[in-house]
Parts: sequence; C-alpha cells; structure tokens
Amino acid sequence: MTPRYDVLIVGSGHGGAQSAIALRQSGFEGSIAMVGEEADLPYERPALSKDYLAGAKTLDRILIRPPTFWRERNVALLSGRRVVSLDATAHHVITDTAETIAYGRLIWATGGYARRLNCQGHDLDGVHSIRRRTDVDRLIGELLFSRNVAIIGGGYIGLEAAAVLVELGKQVTLFESQDRVLARVAGEQLSRFYEAEHEAKGVTLELRAAVDRLEGVDGRVASVRLRDGRSVAADLVIIGIGIIPATAPLIEAGAMGEDGAEVDRSCHTTLKDVYAIGDCARRQSTFAGGAAIRIESVQNAADTAIAAASAIMGQTPPHDAAPWFWSNQYDLRLQTVGLSRGFDAAVVRGNPRDRRFSVIYLKDGCVIALDCVNAAKDFVQGRALVVAGARIDPAQVADPSLPLKDIALSLTY
Amino acid sequence: MPDLKITDRSGQETTVPAVVGHSVMEIIRQSGCEEILALCGGNCSCATCHVYVDPAFAGRLEPMSADEDDLLDSSDHRTGQSRLSCQIKFAELLDGLRVTVAPED
Repeated sequence: MTPRYDVLIVGSGHGGAQSAIALRQSGFEGSIAMVGEEADLPYERPALSKDYLAGAKTLDRILIRPPTFWRERNVALLSGRRVVSLDATAHHVITDTAETIAYGRLIWATGGYARRLNCQGHDLDGVHSIRRRTDVDRLIGELLFSRNVAIIGGGYIGLEAAAVLVELGKQVTLFESQDRVLARVAGEQLSRFYEAEHEAKGVTLELRAAVDRLEGVDGRVASVRLRDGRSVAADLVIIGIGIIPATAPLIEAGAMGEDGAEVDRSCHTTLKDVYAIGDCARRQSTFAGGAAIRIESVQNAADTAIAAASAIMGQTPPHDAAPWFWSNQYDLRLQTVGLSRGFDAAVVRGNPRDRRFSVIYLKDGCVIALDCVNAAKDFVQGRALVVAGARIDPAQVADPSLPLKDIALSLTY
Repeated sequence: MPDLKITDRSGQETTVPAVVGHSVMEIIRQSGCEEILALCGGNCSCATCHVYVDPAFAGRLEPMSADEDDLLDSSDHRTGQSRLSCQIKFAELLDGLRVTVAPED
C-alpha cells in the first residue's frame, strides 16, 4: 500500500526542519514525513564553510535538533532518497528509490544544488563544492595532502572557505570573474575591505579572472589555467559560484517559476496543495520593493517555513521580517539587514581601518539595507531604518557618534 | 553530570544533563526544546536564543560582550536577566543553572 502523510516535506535542510517544527508547535496533529536526499539528520548548513570545515564543530553539534526530537514529535524521516517526480493531481511523489508517497499537502524545501563549472577539467578528482556535509568531509579528507588550494568564486562561501583554509596554513588563491569580491551581494566599499583583509592574511586574489580550464595529472587536478595563458598550481579546488534551485520535478509537474518556484505570500505554488519555501522559492518581498525574489539565507528558510505552516494551519502568515544574514571570516563578523540589491548610493559609517564600520545602502534617498562589520549596534539599530524605509541625510548616518537609534527616533513620517 | 533547568514559555520546567564546554543554547537545543530558534547556530549574530537567567547565578557568569549587549537590545522583552544562551559556555560551577526561554519577538 502506498504510504500517505498529511504533510510531506521534501528537503531536510533548515526550511524542511523548521516546517515540521512549526507545524507541531502550532498543534498540527496529522502525520508528517520529511524526505531528504542526504542521509543526515537536519543540520546547520552555514557551519559547513566555517566551524565544520575548520574542525571546530562536529556533526552532532550542528544538528538542528537531536535525533530523539523527530521521533518524539512523530516526524518520519525518509532520508537518503530524492524525489524525482510529482503528480499534483494524484497528490503523490515518486522517489529515485522507486517509492510512491502520497500526501495531503506538500512542502517543497529542496534548496539548491551547488553550481558546477562547465569548463574542461570540472570533473577531475580534487574539485569540490561546499553545500553538503559529505562535500566537506571529502574536502577535509584531502586537505592533509593538499598545499595549494584554488577557490573559484568570491562570494560568501568562497571567502569563508578562504579564511578557514589560509588559517590552516594552506596557500590559497581565490579567483573571481568580476572586478571585486562580493560583487553580486554588496557594495564596493565592503568588497574592497574584505579583499584587503584576505590579502593581509596571505590569500592571493585574482580578480577579473577568466578560468579557461582545470588541468589534471592522472585524473587529479593540478592547476587552474586562465584564459590569459597563466597557470596557477592547485592540488585542491573549491567551486563557490552559487546554487541552482532544485525545482525540476516541481516545474515538470506544472508549477510556474523560472529560477525558483513562484509562490504567494503563504508560500503556495501555482499547484494545488503544494508549497515551496527557502532558497528554491521566489516570493514577493516588501524589502525588494514588492518584487518577487529568491533569498538564500537561513532566516528566509525559517520564515517561509513558518509562513507555509501557518497557511496549512489555516492562519495568516506573519508579516515579512527584514531579511538578515551573517558571514564570519577571521575575527570579522558581518551582519546584514535588508536587501541592498538595486541601491543607488552607499554611505560608509565609521572607518574601515578600525575594522568596525557599516555600509548603509540607499535607494531614492531611503535606507534599504546595512552591512555591518563588527558593528552589532548598527545592525540592531539600523533595522528600524530599513523597516521604515527611512529617508535620511547621508551625512548624518555617516557620523558614527550619532546612534542610528536616535536617527530612527527623529524620523517623521 | 551537571544539569541545567529549562523553563519553557508555558512555564514547564525540565532538568537536562549539561555538557561542560558546550553553550547553554546547544544544551537547550539538545534537550529537544522547540522554542529556541538559534538561527545563526551560536555565532552571536542574531538574538533568537534569548533566555532569562536566574539571578542567583548572575555572579557565576562571564560578563556579556558588547555585541551580545547590542543584540539583546533588539528584543522587546529584554530584562536585567536577559542573555543570549549561545554566549554562555556551560561550566561546572553552573551546575543547576536555571534559565527561562524569553518570549518570541
């Protein structure tokens, strides 16, 4: 007989786990199962490029909940299998293990797959991604005999990995195709600051780098060949060039959406009784001027999980919280609030040379986001400016002696 | 093994074993309490592991950092007993520590 669950969650990352937690917390008494491609219990993915990679935390310390939790809450964990197709009319999914699982409601929480290089040599041994615990275990297993590490991609994953590996004594070269790191997610001031920090720690940065191919010896990567003809030795390569949302079965089943499944406020897709949350969902955000966007963050995974759980419980989803994000590199703690994409002005508050400053992003004169480096106070107090979309005087916020709290209080609406 | 006493939002107290060297957030999470989000995983980057600490233990805690202090300011429920549980490393002398999960913001 086909097993059936009142709620079937596809994906066992932050979003999937939080959906189950939120449903039980709000008193949902139906059956719940979570299908996960990975064999592990839900764990904290951000640690993979930080504490877990550094060996500072083991898997049991990054579990989102202890093993007993899922049993006690009666959440069936169907791990180690991938959903390959979905029939929204029949209300069932089929897994790569050829199981058919029926559902009442489906929560699609698959996140994304690490984007791979498509140049020659992308499949050599020694080429890694950082998306799953097993990816990082393989990487750690090769660190002992690797000296020259090449990181391709200057986003947060690449920079965090660079920080860990250079501190482990590796010779790290980071290749970024744009003219600055973090080009997709932050303003130039922040990029230049992080570039200087990494260079001071011994990371070699190759900006505007056009990687032509990876070259191998006996099937194992040995160097990165650039289009200008140069070759850089690399016995281990990490690819950090973003993710591709894992929505193929959903789209094939008829759900709308390009680069993420289109969802409404309640995270409902265009398919009946099917919700999508987290990295793989595209939802309107008041913090993006109402545009439908995909947000890759733990906070978004948790908030959209709660929105979908509320909808299933027949409740109105909570209001959009201001998006936030963090990145740890060396002793630098970056905290971001709001979404800076589309900014037309950026004001630096404080002096980056003090290694404690913030960048305040404006659009049409209004605050849309802050990047705060070792400046938790600005992160906390700046949130009110982002939520209000405050129109501010750039000179005023640039003065670190004026608390952002006071600026927020002085606003007239 | 030393223990930690956790009072959840419904007022229910549970006593759980506490691993010395782990943070109070980790111990609460390990206990299966679902009320602690701890979104940043213990990096002092958010304020979703907010607890109230029994004042009887106040003198045995390491002082809070400026960052923790600032992050706690983001809560509407901050009191003189507020701490981020990820920033309290459990030590032998904290055996029997009582914490209460703060209301959700």
